[in-house]
Amino acid sequence: MNTDVYKESPVVHQPAFIDGHSVEIPILKVLQQDGNVYDGAELPEIDQELATKIYKTLAFHRVLDERMVASQRQGRLSFYMTALGEEAASVGGAAGLKPQDMIMAQYREQGALMYRGFSLENFMNQMFSNEKDLGKGRQMPIHYGSRELNYMTISSPLATQIPQATGYAYGQKLQGLDAVTICYFGEGAASEGDFHAGLNMAAVHRAPVIFFCRNNGYAISTPADEQYAGNGIASRGVGYGIKTIRIDGNDILAVLKATQDARTYALAENKPVLIEAMSYRLGAHSTSDDPSGYRTREEEAKWQAHDPILRMKNWMLANKWWDEEQETTLFDKLREEILAAVKVAEIIDKPPVEDLITDVYDEPPTLLKAQLEELKVHIKKYPEAYPFTAGRIK
Amino acid sequence: MAQMNLLHAINNALEIAMTENERAVCFGEDVGHFGGVFRATSGLQEKFGKLRCFNTPLVEQGVIGFANGLAAQGSVPIAEIQFADYIFPAFDQIVNESAKFRYRSGNEFDVGNLTIRTPYGGGIAGGLYHSQSPEAYFAHTPGLKVVVPRNPYQAKGLLLASIRDKNPVIFFEPKRLYRASVGEVPTEDYQLPLGKAEVVTPGSDITLLAWGAQMEIIEKAAEMAATDGISCEIIDLRTILPWDIETVVNSVTKTGRLVVSQEAPLTAGFASEIAATIQKECFLHLESPIARICGMDTPYPLSLEKEYVADHLKVYEAIKHSINY
Repeated sequence: MNTDVYKESPVVHQPAFIDGHSVEIPILKVLQQDGNVYDGAELPEIDQELATKIYKTLAFHRVLDERMVASQRQGRLSFYMTALGEEAASVGGAAGLKPQDMIMAQYREQGALMYRGFSLENFMNQMFSNEKDLGKGRQMPIHYGSRELNYMTISSPLATQIPQATGYAYGQKLQGLDAVTICYFGEGAASEGDFHAGLNMAAVHRAPVIFFCRNNGYAISTPADEQYAGNGIASRGVGYGIKTIRIDGNDILAVLKATQDARTYALAENKPVLIEAMSYRLGAHSTSDDPSGYRTREEEAKWQAHDPILRMKNWMLANKWWDEEQETTLFDKLREEILAAVKVAEIIDKPPVEDLITDVYDEPPTLLKAQLEELKVHIKKYPEAYPFTAGRIK
Repeated sequence: MAQMNLLHAINNALEIAMTENERAVCFGEDVGHFGGVFRATSGLQEKFGKLRCFNTPLVEQGVIGFANGLAAQGSVPIAEIQFADYIFPAFDQIVNESAKFRYRSGNEFDVGNLTIRTPYGGGIAGGLYHSQSPEAYFAHTPGLKVVVPRNPYQAKGLLLASIRDKNPVIFFEPKRLYRASVGEVPTEDYQLPLGKAEVVTPGSDITLLAWGAQMEIIEKAAEMAATDGISCEIIDLRTILPWDIETVVNSVTKTGRLVVSQEAPLTAGFASEIAATIQKECFLHLESPIARICGMDTPYPLSLEKEYVADHLKVYEAIKHSINY
């Protein structure tokens, strides 16, 4: 039994209630909005090659979000979620890791997958749920996954990936791999019971997992001050006995530095780390949401000035690693490529009807095979009602 | 062969699974050094170390979330939920995550290595929260396998099959029989097939169907019926999901009558699924309505447990009613 608390705590004889905000949590900032590094700031490991890769990924993210929201508005796509204003969290996090590290995301971290090299075609095929989608068209748009790139398939239920990440990292530790797991979630998801379960178990069982919270101020319409009354998410890490850091989530260098150091620590000590990245969700929650119902244009404008991509661009320009001509060429090229990819993906066939029953189990049970056969007979009887599959039944 | 009770058989299966596969890991509340509140994991931590057999914090959604992650990583988690009554905090992880992992990812990822063991069932004065039989909640979830053994021989063979199966399995252990059921069990490795029912006793007049601890109830009722000259065919379903329709259909086609008995409440229990399916498949062969002898549609009571349960007398009455219909 751990009785240290009795030995180590100072003793008082009048009641002394501790204020939840009495622990000060500093916020790591490395890069200023104008592109200058703060005096005395410690830089992450980064060179021109890595910086260029990160910047191009951020640009791709920004343009993909623009184009796909437009596609959804045109009715070409059922649903989309942007990561406008907080792209640095996902891209910088992935850049601070090794390819063998597992990424378990919530849904607003497609930037990490972009950084890992998921192809434009793969993004499109998933969003248009066509037969070339790795997920066989079963999930809503933006629920990406890739075994090859160590990016766990997204699911909609919030925070379920948090204890899973602990278990995944524990398995990596058992095998003695040079690999950690990073687990992304929003500050809203951190209110779920699975957040408590995952962090506590990671600390107790010493799992090399990096918990990366994107605190962007809102969970759909709910502002953070209706989500919790404590000192953000970071203060909870301390309570679980987890090394914790709060960073400026719009500062790509701070994100990269924190993630690189967290990885080194998690692997060396077999212990979890909690990173709380403070940011702002500049876009709507999703294409099904209109933020004008719950927040002001002034507030949004204030945060426009903290754009993480512009901040990195300023730094790249100051380093002479980038110029305006490269900028224009890159963004024009991305817009063209993405538009062209939409046109290809949206006319690819839907998955065959047989894909309805595969992968429920490793092998379809007898009853499920019988249900498929019944369905095929039905479709053949009313082919006009099922235009995507009727002509393709074997 | 050795004499084992149901707990010994489970412990023996776990030891075999952990010996043959170094990636097999056992965990849950109190399963570590103490060996579990029923002692099913006794001695495993001493033999395989604290990294492979350990206590978890007291959080069921965490135990199963952790297990899902381990399974996705390629380890072989064997998670314990202390009582089936406390599996509900993990319902979301099981139903939305474990069951859908392979399907939603297009087989990019799966948790097929996952096994969840949990003691279920009443008859031990356990009241509301140490008596439940929640199999029907899970039977409504495509992607899961649900298995219930009735004796030590089955427990070992079905548990080894569950651990090796490439799908997430919930393994319900009849805790009333943990020590009460003793039998000959091979000490070596063997396994019994999932998804297959077992015709325990052939008969010609009526089919009796149950699973787990309820098997001894219907066997007792069948003995009473035998003295009345009624020949009962007794079937143990063994796997609730996916269930062996063919074996039951063949039996009812022959006998023309069916009594299904379960511990769980009647309404929307798994007996309802069986009755509906058999009614469709055997309509022209049925001589009487299918009877469901189940727990009542109440929470599981303490002092009136004897009155509440689907005992052998209730099953016996259902057999006579069916025969005389």
